[in-house]
Amino acid sequence: MSALVPLIAERPRGSSGLRPSVHLWLRRPVAVCATAFLAVLVVVSVAAPLFAPYNPEAQDLTRVLSGPSTHNLLGTDTLGRDVLSRLIYGGRRSLLSIVEGLVVVMLLGIPLGLAAGYLGGWTDRVLSRVGEMVMAIPAIVLILVVLAAVPHNEDVAMLTFGVLGTPTVMRVVRGATLQVRRDLYIQAARVSGLTHLRIVTRHILPRVTGPVIVQASLFSAYALLFETGIAYLGLTGNPEAPTWGGMIAEASTVIEQQSWLLVPPGALVALTILALGLLGNGIRDVAVVDDVATRPRRAALRASTALKSAQVDHRDVRPDRLIVVSDLEVVLRNRGGTTPIVAGVSFDIRHGETVGLVGESGCGKSVTALALLRLLPNGLETTAGRALWEGRDILGMPEGEFNDLRGCTFAYVSQDAQASLDPTFTVSSQLSEAIRHHERLSRRAAKERALELLRLVEFSEPQRVARARANELSGGMAQRVAIALALSGHPRLLIADEPTTALDVTVQAEILALLRRLQSETGMSLLLITHNWGVVADICDRTLVMYAGQVVEQSPAQSMFDLPLHPYTRGLLQSHPSLAVAHSHLKTIPGNVPSPGSWPDGCRFAPRCPYVAAKCRADEIPLLAAQSDRDTRCIRVGEILAEVTSA
Amino acid sequence: MSQGPLLEIRHLCIRYRNGRRTVNAIDDVSFEVSPGETVGLVGESGSGKTTLANAILGLIPVESGEIRFAGQDVAHLSFKERRAFYRQAQIVFQDPYSSLNPVRTIGRILAEPLEALGKTDRAAARERARAMLVRVGLPEDAEGRYPREFSGGQRQRIAIARALMPSPRLVVCDEATSALDLSIQAQILNVLQDIQAGSGLSYLFVSHDLEVVKHMCNRIVVLYRGQVMESGAAASVFGTPGHPYTYALREAAPVPNPRLQRARHLAASGSTATPVEKLTPGASHCPFAPRCPYVEPRCLNERPLLQPSQDNGQVACHRYPGWRSAEQRPTRTSDGGTSAPTAASYVPVVVPDLVPDSSARQV
Amino acid sequence: MFRLIARRTLLSVPLLFIVSMSTFVLVALIPGNIARTIVGAQATEQQYLSVRRSLGLNEPLYTRYWQWLERALHGNLGVSLYSQQPVSSLLDSRLPPTLFLVVGATVVSAAVGVVFGVAGALHPGTVDRVVDAIALLGLSIPSFFLGFVLVEWFAVSLRLFPASGYVTFGVSPAGWLESLVLPVVTLSAGGVAVIAKQTRDAMRDVLGRPFIRTLRATGIPRRSIIFKHALRSAAIPVVTIIGLVFVAVLGGSVVVESVFALPGLGSLAVQATTESDLPLIQGIALYFTVIVIVVNLIVDLAYSLLDPRVRVA
Repeated sequence: MSALVPLIAERPRGSSGLRPSVHLWLRRPVAVCATAFLAVLVVVSVAAPLFAPYNPEAQDLTRVLSGPSTHNLLGTDTLGRDVLSRLIYGGRRSLLSIVEGLVVVMLLGIPLGLAAGYLGGWTDRVLSRVGEMVMAIPAIVLILVVLAAVPHNEDVAMLTFGVLGTPTVMRVVRGATLQVRRDLYIQAARVSGLTHLRIVTRHILPRVTGPVIVQASLFSAYALLFETGIAYLGLTGNPEAPTWGGMIAEASTVIEQQSWLLVPPGALVALTILALGLLGNGIRDVAVVDDVATRPRRAALRASTALKSAQVDHRDVRPDRLIVVSDLEVVLRNRGGTTPIVAGVSFDIRHGETVGLVGESGCGKSVTALALLRLLPNGLETTAGRALWEGRDILGMPEGEFNDLRGCTFAYVSQDAQASLDPTFTVSSQLSEAIRHHERLSRRAAKERALELLRLVEFSEPQRVARARANELSGGMAQRVAIALALSGHPRLLIADEPTTALDVTVQAEILALLRRLQSETGMSLLLITHNWGVVADICDRTLVMYAGQVVEQSPAQSMFDLPLHPYTRGLLQSHPSLAVAHSHLKTIPGNVPSPGSWPDGCRFAPRCPYVAAKCRADEIPLLAAQSDRDTRCIRVGEILAEVTSA
Repeated sequence: MSQGPLLEIRHLCIRYRNGRRTVNAIDDVSFEVSPGETVGLVGESGSGKTTLANAILGLIPVESGEIRFAGQDVAHLSFKERRAFYRQAQIVFQDPYSSLNPVRTIGRILAEPLEALGKTDRAAARERARAMLVRVGLPEDAEGRYPREFSGGQRQRIAIARALMPSPRLVVCDEATSALDLSIQAQILNVLQDIQAGSGLSYLFVSHDLEVVKHMCNRIVVLYRGQVMESGAAASVFGTPGHPYTYALREAAPVPNPRLQRARHLAASGSTATPVEKLTPGASHCPFAPRCPYVEPRCLNERPLLQPSQDNGQVACHRYPGWRSAEQRPTRTSDGGTSAPTAASYVPVVVPDLVPDSSARQV
Repeated sequence: MFRLIARRTLLSVPLLFIVSMSTFVLVALIPGNIARTIVGAQATEQQYLSVRRSLGLNEPLYTRYWQWLERALHGNLGVSLYSQQPVSSLLDSRLPPTLFLVVGATVVSAAVGVVFGVAGALHPGTVDRVVDAIALLGLSIPSFFLGFVLVEWFAVSLRLFPASGYVTFGVSPAGWLESLVLPVVTLSAGGVAVIAKQTRDAMRDVLGRPFIRTLRATGIPRRSIIFKHALRSAAIPVVTIIGLVFVAVLGGSVVVESVFALPGLGSLAVQATTESDLPLIQGIALYFTVIVIVVNLIVDLAYSLLDPRVRVA
């Protein structure tokens, strides 16, 4: 999945750090409404004397319990007091309470959270324990104790509420701090000589403000809810001064005579809490510092959609080919639009052979593999192409039909083996589950077969491994288990996406040897995706090189190494350190890979190609058959070869 | 002319606790880096190479032993002293995506080392930042932009520029090119070479990639499980490995040459893994013994010390140099049948302490 | 597992101390004269002094606490200032309605919330938006307001359930159930919202993990993947939030019991507060804390069952 990260990263973004957030904010009507509502509320409450039409405590016994009228916009209460004015002044009280709680919770929560997250060790342990204990106390009870001792003192109650709410904020700040702390630039800041305090204020705090603001708005919502609650219970405020909760309480007593009275305070409370909640959500969605996150894209669980495919011509069916892929196209769909990731990829895989799909990050090789398995993550979609297997187009099949092929015809092994196993199940139960899905076996028989599979992947103590879980396995062991899982259905084609990239060199050699052996014993085909030319040389019969979403060269492995037919392949091989003269410059390909969406016209490699000519930039370059069983997407290949061989 | 080694590591030990166990991340390691030299630190996961790199920069504490920089002990420094040390030694990290603060401009990121280390003249810092950007092959106007606008390779150039800002004498490159594509790696390695040619600084180049290390380094130190297995001139360590582990490492890393790879497959090179239980508990032993095709009883009971090997190098092996012509143990694989002999087909043993909970390459 | 229980219980003992101590300390720290507040402005000097004596206000703080502690360990939590009845028996009699209410509300929240959350995770789009909307609404409407609305509709207009009051199970199981329906629904609204959101987020997060893709690649049907694998991994954060919801619901019971006139600890707490009945409210605080401790213990046990890593550690 990490192969997809640079893909997404390269999309052009706005220039500065925070300004895009404001733009995004304005594009979300709900968040804007919420902000506006709260702003109006704050202004009106603070400037209450300016806005309230009447004195909130002025009684008018001639106008008791009247509904909305021209005299009293929102009606009057049991003592003829104007509801609107009381709401406004009540809002003032609520606002003050929220601020009291908020100030306390922030003043305590932020520094403690930063300390716990940054310092770790004992500080963290102690603070977390204390926080846990405080969270275990139902706040309201302790505040009731306080109110019992200091009756009707809403300020003290809210301050206590703030103190009791600290652990939640502390926990959030701590979590955010821990995440940021893992980033290497914190280490870099230390090596720049910054004091810890400066590191915290300069590097950690800015990253933490997002979650803090979200928590602030959520806390405000809870504080309001709480404040209205205790006001409703009559525990705060003097009975004369208006509070929203008190107004609701009062309204409930006269619900028979004037049910309207319940509406203004109730609706206002609900709307304010709603607005605060929406504000929090909005901030959370927008102000996440969405840098080149190493957070992987989410895989979809949705069923893949089948492509509407044309009739399969019987002439297209080639029995010597296991699978023939034609004109595969995959796009990325998101808010920015549609970006092609893979365009016009065609290749085939023969029975029993190992094909290497090679390229650098962003070329689309992982996406191609996932497209074949119809397991593309959210946002990526196959828009065109065909993949013929035994006369049927697997991209055009209904999902149910294709799912029957998954695991038993087409199998998959990915890069991060430990992450590809379910951590809550043992190896044995996962293997058994897969086995029983493919064959009708009893539990015991399936367990036996699982052990067999483990022996097949060269475990000397299969029982021990069978009992283990993903987190107890080393990288190499986990990959063997993943291979065993993939083999459980006797697949004809195993698609391995960078299976050894995350492993140590010596373990990599073992896994490659294992794959070679398994392939020769079972006769299955292997599509191996890698960026490592050594791996290609080690195990592949044929190679496909991808660049910027296209196949640029296809060739048997040995001939590709002997004489690459595309300038890109050439450039890559030449920049390999094993081919360089020690301590002198490596030959490089100038420039960078164009990101999806900014592919140049004509040959996509032209801007970086040492052999570029005018005609290279003119039209789309097709994949041309060069020598026997070799293809290349270079229209100058003949001239280049002549040049090279004569030199 | 040069007054002795720039960096000296003497009998360094670094320990940390993993749950209830204490792990010897670095166990009595010694080597040197001279001025203007590039020394490669090679090892796989669990070797301790990243731990060592971090310890040199004072990012993690040291249990015992010495780290001397220009003669001065830098393992136990006060905050101010360490700050001064950071003018002399810097580090470039592996991950270009998390080593730059995403909410700061490139200019501020580059200026930070200078600001923190005392030189507070903003204008001068900016000038220097610009110059440094050019030196690593980036346009000057990159200064006002943000990290997210740059690719992985470009970010790594920025990280290198940042490391160079205080004009250090030693730069530790901790897997600085491991996360980069091949063509980008080539560019970055060239940049590093150019800089060294221009300024005569030293590199401690930490990597798991033998080819890259051989290309870049004058000398190589091979680590396994926190101990030095071999050290010496890059060409001879690589060309004629003195230690079975170095040999295994070289043979295991595939090269872009199908014929050579096939030849390696055919070379009969099997091994028998020694079950861990056979090791005398508590006794010291060669860390590679359980996986070594040339193991003998002495290896299981006594830790080999570094002895001189070819070409001013050193090797820690009881069977040096005899193992090169010795018979290897016959192959046994777990499925009981005959196996196609492969280069380094170790029978994996469920070794309890090989449980990582982070990615394979970090230690 | 027993080690876990033992460890948890041991760690909880300090919590009890802290809560009981903090109630004492809080009261002592607060400015003003408590005894005067209790007796009121019109009381005689005699009454004032007797209240002072009964509250032990003449003694220093630690002596007071120590005396209280000694008595508490023997089950004597003092005597209510208002009703002169022993606190512990008062509390014991009021415990069942609160427990039924709170446990009921938590169970309902969890059941409904998880269902909504899973549905939202599996059907991004309309269903998901509905879940979001419900979540927001559930949290925004104050429980007492919701209580009124429900009473208006279901008790007054439709006459399906009683508007207030509590019927003990022994007297009439049907009546008991009926008297609890509206309060439980009122109290669960917020919980449903929070649990639905957390479940959805947890499920979405799990469904995005690499092992889900591997499972799909082996051809295992979607249903198995969702309900056997994903749910299990998502369970832990959901269990955590259920624990937190319980604590919140416990606090919310104070208001809801008052709205529906249920004779539980919550409504007693309100009473005690308005009457400044310190011994009573201190006892309630203690009871609440014990309930929370027990619930946290259950949550921890659930963790160890769900996450094998916790068991191993």
